[in-house]
Amino acid sequence: MKHTLVAWMRDKPGVLNRVSGMLRRRNFNIDSLQVGHSETPGISRMTFVVDGNEHMVDQVIKQLRKVVDVTRVEDISEKPSVAREMALVRVRTTGETRSEIVQIVQIYRGEIVDVAMDSMVVQIVGAEDRVDSLIALLENFGIQEMVRTGKVALVRGSTDRRSKRSTAVWRAVANGHHTEDERQRTGGV
Amino acid sequence: MSESKALDERQTAEEPRPMKGAQMVWEALVREGVDLIFGHPGGAILPTYDALSPYEAEGRIHHVLVRHEQCAAHMADGYARVTGRVGVCIATSGPGATNLVTGLATAQMDSVPIVAITGQVPTNLLGTDAFQESDVVGVTQPVCKHNYLVTDVNELPLIIKEAFYIAREGRPGVVLIDICKDVQNATGLFRYDYEIDLPGFEPWPTVDQEAVRAAADAINKGERPLILAGHGVQLGGVSKELLELVEKAEIPVVTTLLGTGNIPESHPLSLGMGGMHGEAFANRAVQNCDVLIAMGMRFDDRITGRLDRFAKQATIIHFELDKAEVGKNVVPDIPVVGDLGETLPALLPLIEDRRHQVWIQELREWRDDTTQTDIINYEVDQLIPPFVIRQLWHSTKDANEGAIIVTDVGQHQMWECQYYTHDISGQLLTSGGLGTMGYALPAAIGAQMAHPDRLVWAVAGDGGFQMTLQELAVLKQERNLPVKIAIINNGFLGMVRQWQQLFYEKRYTGTPVVSPDFVKLADAYGIPALKVTQPSQVAEAFKTANETPGPFLIDFRVKEEVNVYPMIAPGAAVDEPIRRPKPMVVQGYSGVEPSW
Repeated sequence: MKHTLVAWMRDKPGVLNRVSGMLRRRNFNIDSLQVGHSETPGISRMTFVVDGNEHMVDQVIKQLRKVVDVTRVEDISEKPSVAREMALVRVRTTGETRSEIVQIVQIYRGEIVDVAMDSMVVQIVGAEDRVDSLIALLENFGIQEMVRTGKVALVRGSTDRRSKRSTAVWRAVANGHHTEDERQRTGGV
Repeated sequence: MSESKALDERQTAEEPRPMKGAQMVWEALVREGVDLIFGHPGGAILPTYDALSPYEAEGRIHHVLVRHEQCAAHMADGYARVTGRVGVCIATSGPGATNLVTGLATAQMDSVPIVAITGQVPTNLLGTDAFQESDVVGVTQPVCKHNYLVTDVNELPLIIKEAFYIAREGRPGVVLIDICKDVQNATGLFRYDYEIDLPGFEPWPTVDQEAVRAAADAINKGERPLILAGHGVQLGGVSKELLELVEKAEIPVVTTLLGTGNIPESHPLSLGMGGMHGEAFANRAVQNCDVLIAMGMRFDDRITGRLDRFAKQATIIHFELDKAEVGKNVVPDIPVVGDLGETLPALLPLIEDRRHQVWIQELREWRDDTTQTDIINYEVDQLIPPFVIRQLWHSTKDANEGAIIVTDVGQHQMWECQYYTHDISGQLLTSGGLGTMGYALPAAIGAQMAHPDRLVWAVAGDGGFQMTLQELAVLKQERNLPVKIAIINNGFLGMVRQWQQLFYEKRYTGTPVVSPDFVKLADAYGIPALKVTQPSQVAEAFKTANETPGPFLIDFRVKEEVNVYPMIAPGAAVDEPIRRPKPMVVQGYSGVEPSW
């Protein structure tokens, strides 16, 4: 089963290498890995997709937590969350196919971000399966080049008005000692 | 930051002093209570060595010059294991640092706290393949708990403070600090009153009292309980509490290799070491217990054998500090995460006074069925290694505070575990996890430097000893350091040969070893030595070695093709050993009573 893990880490030189090196030497298979800034300065946020059984995912999380620069790790697969991926696809076009491709891209609410005489670049943002399915369609016209970001994800906010905290924060506090203070410090949800 | 906290800090703040990076290193080490380091100088660490001179002159820090950097790490390792403090080693860039790697990996695998300091090329040359440059942070990352590259002199004091903190706190490990040469030469502001702020580092997880209670319930209900005690018992300093638990509820104890001596091995409830070369009855106990209480150990493949058939009937309770070890190899029924120093005292009052007569009687019967006692006290006609080890025990068992035995890796290591009766926790130093040949001599030197008055024996095979024998020079350089050395010399890389004999149809490729005349070699280093070829000479030789001041070496020319038994073949369950031939030696069995 695929799991989406989120890890927050101190933005230090080499931290990506520490994490990826650990994953490699512990023989964990990572489907995708995406890293960028979080809302807290000095803290980066990494989103992984891990394909494996419960035992392996449990190990990945525990070993990640042992990396000194990693401040928090969460498995958000079971939580209501929003996950998106972006792809840029350069697809081959001819006079005949161009309008058909534009139509397909519109159906998928993608965008044409560049047009040349014999190709165009399509941008799609969406859940992984939507990106997959558009790419499958575009393959019929010939994909010349493609880049995908890998999944990024956020846990959904609480819809309960009584609680101002998000569900995730509430749970974190219930399970451990993640106060607001600590949230600031660790950059966690 | 709150106002009051800011005020406190102003009051206690240390006046920052301008200082060169090189001096900061020593100033910080002194603040950490370090008075002994092991190292080898070179170009990129020269500024730091230069700054050592006043500290050495004042007797604040003593530097031991090694002959190979690997041994600097092993010495720091030996020092750390016997003192429980952080060992420190130092080396230059490039080859100096890469030579450290084996020693660091050895320590990290066995949870030994070490801070390693290495020189690095100046920052402007980083990444240019400069002379003696290597990516030390990259190379050592997989074998370290954490590591640092220092490119700003003002960060150096905090980094050193963090390094000691990380190495020491929680499950101990190795931290390396790689310091660029220009940083060592640069002047910055030194203070050491930093508060450690590492939000990602959780060395002491909160103990779940519910889990402790659940563990106590399971133990109280058990009819056939068994403790499997590892290195964590020693690291947690809870040997006494363990013994209390053992006696209160009459629970027998099997130890791991590194847990040897957690409870006195002469204690009636000690079953000795389990696993690949553990006694058959100890492993049988593991397989047949109904509650397995694992303490401070990590279910290494050498202790579990075939995993899917390990302790199938047992409720497994796992006391462990490192969360990542819980469920890694064996999924426990009751995990108790936390420091044994906290969990064990919390467990004790919840344990009922119990006797397990049926279980103990059963174990006693199994024990009588071929154990190592068969050849203890033998009158043997050939010099066999178990006999030598047993004599070593006889000659050192009354040593002041107990002897420290440091083994190398291989057959002699396993014989040491089987035939030496370890009654003191931490008495045996050995490379368990990594299995590093060449460990014995340098680690013994580190242990002896820490405890100059204790009797330290390095026990090595002829193969392993030749990996680090250059450190004999250190014995002389350090004013005749009284490390005693026993070489179990059988002309083979014995353990590999044993595997070749058992699993590769006796094709002895690469295992016959030609050795120098170790007595002459010792003589060249100015170390007195003896060669022993007869069983009748053994006791006298040990006596001579123990009574001779300073170092001493004995070359035991033992019978060549002797195997370590019992043995769990790789992939077999632990209750399917290859048994010890019975009787192993025919003559003169004295019929010694088992100790219980």
